[in-house]
Amino acid sequence: MRSFSLPDFLSLLSALQWTAVLVVIALGFGAPLALALALMRTSASRALRWTATAFLQLVQGVPLLGLLMFFYFGMPVFLGIEMPPLVAVGIAMTVYTASFLGEIWRGGIEAVKHEQWEAAACLGLSTWHQFRYVIAPQAFRMALPPTVGFLVQLIKGTSLASIVGFVELARAGQLVSAATFQPLLVYSIVAAIYFAACLPLTLWAHSLEVRLNGAR
Amino acid sequence: MALVDIRNVTKSYGSTQVLKGVSLDIKEGEIVTIIGKSGSGKSTLLRCINALERIDGGEITVEGQTVRTDMPNLRDFRQRVGIVFQAFNLFPHMTVERNITLAPVLNKRIAKAEGRALALDVLERVGLADKIDAYPAQLSGGQQQRVAIARCLAMRPHLMLFDEVTSALDPELVGEVLKVMEDMARQGMTMVLVTHEMGFARNAASKIVFMHQGRVWEEGPPADLFANPRTPELQSFIASVR
Repeated sequence: MRSFSLPDFLSLLSALQWTAVLVVIALGFGAPLALALALMRTSASRALRWTATAFLQLVQGVPLLGLLMFFYFGMPVFLGIEMPPLVAVGIAMTVYTASFLGEIWRGGIEAVKHEQWEAAACLGLSTWHQFRYVIAPQAFRMALPPTVGFLVQLIKGTSLASIVGFVELARAGQLVSAATFQPLLVYSIVAAIYFAACLPLTLWAHSLEVRLNGAR
Repeated sequence: MALVDIRNVTKSYGSTQVLKGVSLDIKEGEIVTIIGKSGSGKSTLLRCINALERIDGGEITVEGQTVRTDMPNLRDFRQRVGIVFQAFNLFPHMTVERNITLAPVLNKRIAKAEGRALALDVLERVGLADKIDAYPAQLSGGQQQRVAIARCLAMRPHLMLFDEVTSALDPELVGEVLKVMEDMARQGMTMVLVTHEMGFARNAASKIVFMHQGRVWEEGPPADLFANPRTPELQSFIASVR
């Protein structure tokens, strides 16, 4: 039995790297998927809209914990596919990110007035150019504050990966706590680290909101 | 041959028939002004000419080509038939220059310097060359509408459509937009306007079309039409806008 000391604190900080890795994976794979979902949801094709909606309903109706369990424990049982924790957690976080960001971005796209599409079409622009140059920049401005807000949710959400034994910040906290029998102290420090990581983003989201609302 | 040939066009929204067999010729260089009460179908007709609305029956041809919302060269067609809207519809996140050059740069791949020269050229025609680097929000409504006209001119259209372009403007800003349109008319641009500006209709138009209940009720040169309205509907419309 030992008490909490500097090396423990350092091991928590080093586990924070894996939290960051999860966030990067979730955004790196989830964001392109989110864009695709947002485009499908706003497309003229009923089949595309329906497919995207069904996917979103399914994913958003399941807690993130459920997704993690499904990909880590469920996949080997149902499909016979064994996955290392990082892969299972990465897929679950990606799916989660895609569905929530996709809805945020759909909101941004739909918030741009229909007349902007029409004006761009009347200039002879292709549908892709209409979106790329006229709609997307305006949608992006509107969706940026809630996107940053979601990033905060995502960082905190990665703590659930501890449930499948993936060692990120929360799981490292469990390990240190078990070794030191100082759960109150250790978890307080873990919480403080999450807070320190999220606070700048929260402030940034708030300042973006004020700035973008104030602008045109 | 007429530049625009509209034959027996019908169009419904749900169970409401807005156009009930409209026929109209527009010759090159003509300034055609469509007047009528709101709900008479005049804006819808204008939007059909540009394939913004699908027609249910009849036929519209522009320069001999049948207009359809699914025509294969719709994008080329749209560049030949410019339209200016009531709400300007400038792109708020782009400068005036970018608003004007976006389509030429993407569609015709013109060079950057050439784009700036083009923007300056069309802005001079609407008297706003000094606003080339401004954003739409920094301009008055009248100036924004003149930029929208310039943006349209930059595509070198063969025909321009104006959908109540002064209706959203404060009264003191209407004149500057009408003046630009009069200049264009003098330079020989073929124009079709839906408007409530009877002064403009009277002075600049070569033909007035009075629409009522989804039909062309009367048409003719402005002097004739305003002096001798043949139908009670036009008489009461003229009396109401005076």
